[in-house]
Amino acid sequence: MSFGSGSMTNSISEIKDCKLIFLIGGNPTEAHPIVGLEMKKALRNGCTFIVADPRKIWFAQHAKLYLPVRPGTDNWLLNAMAHVIIAEGLENKEFISTRTEGFEELKAFVKDITPEQASEFTGIPAEDIRQAARLYAKSEKSAIYYTLGITEHTCGTDNVRTIANLALLTGHVGKSSTGVNPIRGQNNVQGATDMCLPDKMTGYQGVTDNAVMEKFEKAWGVTLSRTPGATAPTMFERMDKNQFKALYVIGEDPVISEPNQDSTIKALKNLEFLVVQDIFMSETAKYADVILPATSFAEKDGTFTNTERRVQRVRKAIDLVGNTRPDWQITSELSTRMGYNMNYSSPKEIFDEIANLTPILAGISYERIEQNGIQWPCPDAKHPGTKFLHEGKFPRGLGKFFVLPYRAPAESPDKDFPLLLSTGRTLYHYNAGTMTRRSEGIIHKTNECFVEVNQADAKELGIFDGETIRIATRRGEITARAEVSGKVKKGVIWMPLHFAESAVNKLTIDAYDNITQTAEYKVCGAKIEKIPG
Amino acid sequence: MVMVPKIKLNIDGNTIEVNKGKTILQAASSIGIHIPTLCHDPRLEPFAACRVCMVEIERGKSNALITSCNTEVTDGMVIRTDSEKVLKTREMVLELILSDHPKDCMTCGKCGACKLQDLAYEYGVRESKFFEEPDGGVVEDSNPVIQQDTSKCILCGRCVRICSEVQQDYAIDFKDRGFKTETGLPFGMSRRDTTCVLCGQCVSTCPVGSLVEKQAVGMGREWEFKQVKTTCAYCGVGCTMYLNVKGNQIVKVTSKAGSIPNDGNLCVKGRFGFDFVHHPDRLKQPLIKRNGKFEEATWDEALNLVASKLGEIKAKYGPDYVGVMSSSRCTNEDNYLAMKFARATIGTNNVDQCART
Repeated sequence: MSFGSGSMTNSISEIKDCKLIFLIGGNPTEAHPIVGLEMKKALRNGCTFIVADPRKIWFAQHAKLYLPVRPGTDNWLLNAMAHVIIAEGLENKEFISTRTEGFEELKAFVKDITPEQASEFTGIPAEDIRQAARLYAKSEKSAIYYTLGITEHTCGTDNVRTIANLALLTGHVGKSSTGVNPIRGQNNVQGATDMCLPDKMTGYQGVTDNAVMEKFEKAWGVTLSRTPGATAPTMFERMDKNQFKALYVIGEDPVISEPNQDSTIKALKNLEFLVVQDIFMSETAKYADVILPATSFAEKDGTFTNTERRVQRVRKAIDLVGNTRPDWQITSELSTRMGYNMNYSSPKEIFDEIANLTPILAGISYERIEQNGIQWPCPDAKHPGTKFLHEGKFPRGLGKFFVLPYRAPAESPDKDFPLLLSTGRTLYHYNAGTMTRRSEGIIHKTNECFVEVNQADAKELGIFDGETIRIATRRGEITARAEVSGKVKKGVIWMPLHFAESAVNKLTIDAYDNITQTAEYKVCGAKIEKIPG
Repeated sequence: MVMVPKIKLNIDGNTIEVNKGKTILQAASSIGIHIPTLCHDPRLEPFAACRVCMVEIERGKSNALITSCNTEVTDGMVIRTDSEKVLKTREMVLELILSDHPKDCMTCGKCGACKLQDLAYEYGVRESKFFEEPDGGVVEDSNPVIQQDTSKCILCGRCVRICSEVQQDYAIDFKDRGFKTETGLPFGMSRRDTTCVLCGQCVSTCPVGSLVEKQAVGMGREWEFKQVKTTCAYCGVGCTMYLNVKGNQIVKVTSKAGSIPNDGNLCVKGRFGFDFVHHPDRLKQPLIKRNGKFEEATWDEALNLVASKLGEIKAKYGPDYVGVMSSSRCTNEDNYLAMKFARATIGTNNVDQCART
């Protein structure tokens, strides 16, 4: 990658002191409300906001500059901003010469990417692109915040690197309140990624690194495979081809959360054996051979790692509900029954083993995080943790500029499916809705799927606000209530992902980023129509 | 670093130095002197509405009473926080507030956590010598999580200010005049139909029993709850919160100013989205599918079946035909063991989680 590690470079407490926030493909007031509050604090402190989003979200309404970018064309916007920064001599020459490599290549590449040309693809006025580049480059403390609007594309990794180019060009990284910050979606995305990757052991130690594997082999008393394993999308691909026979799913609902629902279901049906461990009967669990009832966060001890890399305690507050068991206990017992002994007395004992095998977590223990969490990297018991990353040096040494030309989404709107469907989260619900849709206060505000339609598109099709309409793509169709307004850009429709009865992932495309294998939930061709009668 | 100029002042006989820009309240608190407040919340701008933070400041022959929460310190200030004049004034201020507040602590859910009750106790204020005119009551609103009783409102404005300053949702404001003044939604509208996002921040800052968690009404008093500090299970921000538990039931969720990273703030999901834990739909027993139908099983039956089936498939096709999908919803410890299970027990690197989707 550009810096050599992927994570928020700054802390949540630094947000309020930002002088400029460039928010692209993220809607913190809804998806990360408390980060949203910190940004609102920054706004009150006079921070300048530039917001790029196809929807006129809360921060777009309060921004100095709102860039209504067409989904899938972020690359044009970002490269054109790089063009302006270099063309107008706004780059940080000292930073570029001491801390980066590949500048000349980028300079030559973006030379031809003019704001005028970018304007045609993105739908943003060229002058606004220039203005955004100037504001971003000139501010004393500029930070970029992005979320899944950047990454849920077939060019997601490219987008992230193009964002990093801007930070490297201007030197807006490695300082307090200044950096590049992806905000993680789920409570423990950071921790799950730290623990569980098919090509990495804990803390991003590669499975192809012999020294790492020998350390784990010695600790675990087994021989380990050095071949990187299959990612979730690859597992589904292999199920589809009958090259995969058993799956153990813990706390996940791929039928709802994976794109192209029909193909996900077909793949699961091909399995000889499916075990699902969850707290509710999920859509995926319906296809299971065995369901193991697990506990919620309120019934167990452990740790979550938040978006700013802070390892924090989760504490048991109530007794186990019914005959449920904590996930770690179920997995341990299963392992022991399969002939590999796992005897842990508590999550604390497991955490000590993790810290022992993971350099970035080595200095963290339950005792140290009793009061407040600690941010990794924390290499030893004396280390206070790391508030912001990349001060003075990147993990990979020099920051690298990437030359990344535009790649079109896997499926763009066309004659048959003329609208662009994009998806996301809302304030009131959470992902598959398993928890929030069982919460009274939340369903009071919203409990019905909706589709945001631009008023001009609605007028053309004779669709009224509040009317139930049909939404179709090449993969399927669902119905939902139309919310007609000027919020979403013309030619784009937007839907939330929380509602099993109007599962938007019946519509989304199973096309993935070539590196991270993140699915393109943000762009596919769609059409909407009135329901006759 | 910009050097902040220092200010020298005297509080209750102690000469201290604090940064310019601090209020008297902050300066006093920095040396452990407690000044009572009702309308103050460190998350909000000073408002000086309740007047109980009044202190006496030396001004030659005529000392002045000023509110400490919104007065910045100046060089050479001499302040008394506990003079007779201060204490008498506070007592009267409390009587004024209590003239428009019901004396029904025996049935109020806030009893034990009410700032007004604490102050009335501290200053021995039992009755108000002022004219009392009871007004207000529980406001009808169909929302299931926030309950407002305007009769208990002391007009400190904390709810109004947290909604506008912190949330910037501007859903509630002051209404009417005089005794009839209250806070609330415009034109008798409901929370569902306004910009209210049901975050409950107003509840979190209310110093009395005027705004409360509806689900906690009648569920117990403050001292009966066990507060368990934990981390929210929704988004990646990882707010520190407290599950308030009575018996084996979560009654409400609260946070505390100064908590990392949320400084006492919570959103609608974190504060009110906990009822899924006790939902009747929870899976409570292992299930095995027999002839297309799920049947309840014991843990032994279920675990033995899974162990033998996974073992068989591994033996028949090889470990790489088996995979484990773990979850961003589970703890680090759960994920670590899922990873170890795939690698050490099954013998495959086919382990992934939902972070990429």
